[in-house]
Amino acid sequence: MDNTALSALLAATMIAGTPILFAAAGELLAERSGILNLGVEGMMLVGAAFGFICTLSTGNHWLGLLAALAGGGFMASIHGLITITLRGNQVVSGLALTIFGSGLSGFLGKSYQGAPMLFKFESLHVPVLGNIPFLGPVLFRHDPMVYLCILMAAAMWYLLYKTRWGLTIRSVGENPQAADAVGINVGRVRFLCTIVGGMMAGLGGAYISLVYAPTWQENMTAGRGWIAVALVIFALWNPSRAIIGAYLFGGIEALTFRLQTMGIHISSFFLAMFPYIATIVVLVLVTIRRRQDAGAPEALGLAYDREER
Amino acid sequence: MNRFPVIEMKGISKRFPGVIANDNISFRVYPGEIHALLGENGAGKSTLMSILAGLYRPDSGTIKVKGEVIRLHSPRKALEEGIGMIYQHFRLVNNFTVAENIVLGSKHVNWGIKQERIQKETREISHNYGLEINPAVRVNQLSLGEQQRVEILKMLYRGCDILIMDEPTTVLTPGEVKELFQVLRIMSRQGKSIVLITHKLNEVMEIADYVTVLRRGKVVGDDRIENLDEGILTRMMVAREVVYSQAQRDSSPGGVILNVDNLKIQGDRGNIAVHEVSFNLRRGEIMAIAGVAGNGQRELVEALAGLRKAVSGSIEYEGEEIKHYDAKSRIALGINMVPEDRIGMGLVPNLSVIDNSILRSYYKEEFYSGWFLNYNKIRSYTDRIINEYNIVLSDSNHPVNYLSGGNLQKLLLGREIDQKPRVLLASYPIRGLDVAAAEGVYDLLLKERDKGTAILLVLEDLDDIFRIADRVAVMYQGFIRKILDVEKTSIDEIGSIMVGTELAGV
Repeated sequence: MDNTALSALLAATMIAGTPILFAAAGELLAERSGILNLGVEGMMLVGAAFGFICTLSTGNHWLGLLAALAGGGFMASIHGLITITLRGNQVVSGLALTIFGSGLSGFLGKSYQGAPMLFKFESLHVPVLGNIPFLGPVLFRHDPMVYLCILMAAAMWYLLYKTRWGLTIRSVGENPQAADAVGINVGRVRFLCTIVGGMMAGLGGAYISLVYAPTWQENMTAGRGWIAVALVIFALWNPSRAIIGAYLFGGIEALTFRLQTMGIHISSFFLAMFPYIATIVVLVLVTIRRRQDAGAPEALGLAYDREER
Repeated sequence: MNRFPVIEMKGISKRFPGVIANDNISFRVYPGEIHALLGENGAGKSTLMSILAGLYRPDSGTIKVKGEVIRLHSPRKALEEGIGMIYQHFRLVNNFTVAENIVLGSKHVNWGIKQERIQKETREISHNYGLEINPAVRVNQLSLGEQQRVEILKMLYRGCDILIMDEPTTVLTPGEVKELFQVLRIMSRQGKSIVLITHKLNEVMEIADYVTVLRRGKVVGDDRIENLDEGILTRMMVAREVVYSQAQRDSSPGGVILNVDNLKIQGDRGNIAVHEVSFNLRRGEIMAIAGVAGNGQRELVEALAGLRKAVSGSIEYEGEEIKHYDAKSRIALGINMVPEDRIGMGLVPNLSVIDNSILRSYYKEEFYSGWFLNYNKIRSYTDRIINEYNIVLSDSNHPVNYLSGGNLQKLLLGREIDQKPRVLLASYPIRGLDVAAAEGVYDLLLKERDKGTAILLVLEDLDDIFRIADRVAVMYQGFIRKILDVEKTSIDEIGSIMVGTELAGV
């Protein structure tokens, strides 16, 4: 493989990793607060549809992103209502959300099927850095969303591990009784994290319909929501590892498209399996090592009821 | 004591489904006072204090804090009023460090958290109260005594001046208890009030200034410690007027059916829960096991039923060693058990009454037609059980968790008795039942006894023992301290053995 091809592959990796990282960072936040939301795929789809339609009708892709935020947040608030307020089963609610999101986005986007996105994000060309040979095109000539995404994931790491809010969020996911006993409003923290998580999934979806594949196709997220869910586990609920994982998984996606053109014959199905296999391997390794600090939040998936005896 | 009470609870009532946990309770605490809240398990102590800590809302009653009526609708509100509670099961985040647990949820700490800084703060306050602890260690690496220190520090960090501790000494070694009391005395000298929920009389006598005794959700007495002694307190905790029932007098025990010799049983945490106990059980008698919960009763019953392995010793059933038999073979021999946890272990809450009634016997041929369960036969069997044991319900197709506590217990007992057991083991069969329902259960048990079944009952209320049992074995710290003839003993005697303060001369 020559240098140009490699640099193109790595640049594509950055792009492919972005929607996954958005969604995974959002899901990570929700899971850190103890709420498992398997509706990521659905929330991404609704975000993609809202973002696409709003951008196309207003001509402003920033407004489109706002719509995507609203769409993802709205979907997540349904999950919050069912699992936090009504203490329903998180798995059931999340799966329902995925199915609902797929249907809703398909319905909304029906008349846009196959329409191209006319308004595109312009790529930034970072002065000086963008001119570095090889690294320039790989790292410094992308659209602003790529950088926003890394920034958000990094900010989330800081928030979770270096601030009072982070301590609060993690305590709610680890032991809601303990959090409640020191006066933390468990329901409110969980709701907030769930909604922000949904908004980020919405952004991830919009990135696909606005930038990655600038068009509208039904079910165009094509399983990236599930990859995001797997990535959270792969990252062991730590945003910094999620950044690495997102580009690893993104790189494989980018590779899938390129291998055939390069005449290398690895089944694309095998590559599509990779993120899940990697996640299982990580889970097995962690379980063997039994590291207390690197596991799932203890109260993940459990509803909290103060008067339960 | 001096001035005005810091806490004044008036007319507090709280019901849980089927149980009145608190019934019109009034309770006062003064500044700098160490106040013991004494009572048996289930007397309503924890519920009352959970109300004060904002965890439960009372159904009625008012709470005054420092003279003002305040609605404590959440733990946050209670903490703002300076009320902190340390629960029996600590509320600590295992994966966090000591310092992180201490600053969690507090507004004193900066938005950006610096480990060095919160650890320094933790060190300072732990120094002030003589509660030494390494702030950088994760809580899951600490002993229970150390975890308790973290809980106390957490409350001190928040500036609590009323500290509630639920059974604080159960997890401590004797040395740690001494240290804890030392700390409590320092706190009390600084004007902080401490409420100790406990059932241990010796501790009350050692540390408390004032005592309030609860029994069955009601205050049965309160006074300064100078005016009390252990005898008075025991009587308040466990005694009521004793009514000997006539049915009990008519017992005529037969020969020994179960002989337990030097049985040693391991507890859940690898500790020895029961130390070499020996006793026998005769046909046609009811033997009660008395004791404060957690003194080995549960483990003993489970070992007899085959649900828990005995470390050593022997269990002979009609002269046959059955220690190595599993639960199913013991049932086949006629040893049946009615577990403590009705809905969790005895019945399947979401299955119907019909399904639950055959859980013990579903494999028997009488319920089958070929490969399939024959629901006509099962239904008539269920109806018979319902009639025979006076179970009140609207529809036997409904899930069993719609039934009241008393009917649940009768269904469970009925199901077991219908197996025609020769030894019946039952734990807390009337816990949480009202008088009428308890009466029904007594009748069932007495009838069964008169049929010649040997019955072993774990009970916590001494009145019940006098109502129904022929003999009583008193357990304390895993030992059977004494086996007494119910007719020849007194509530005082049993009471003092079960709380570990045997009266002089015994």
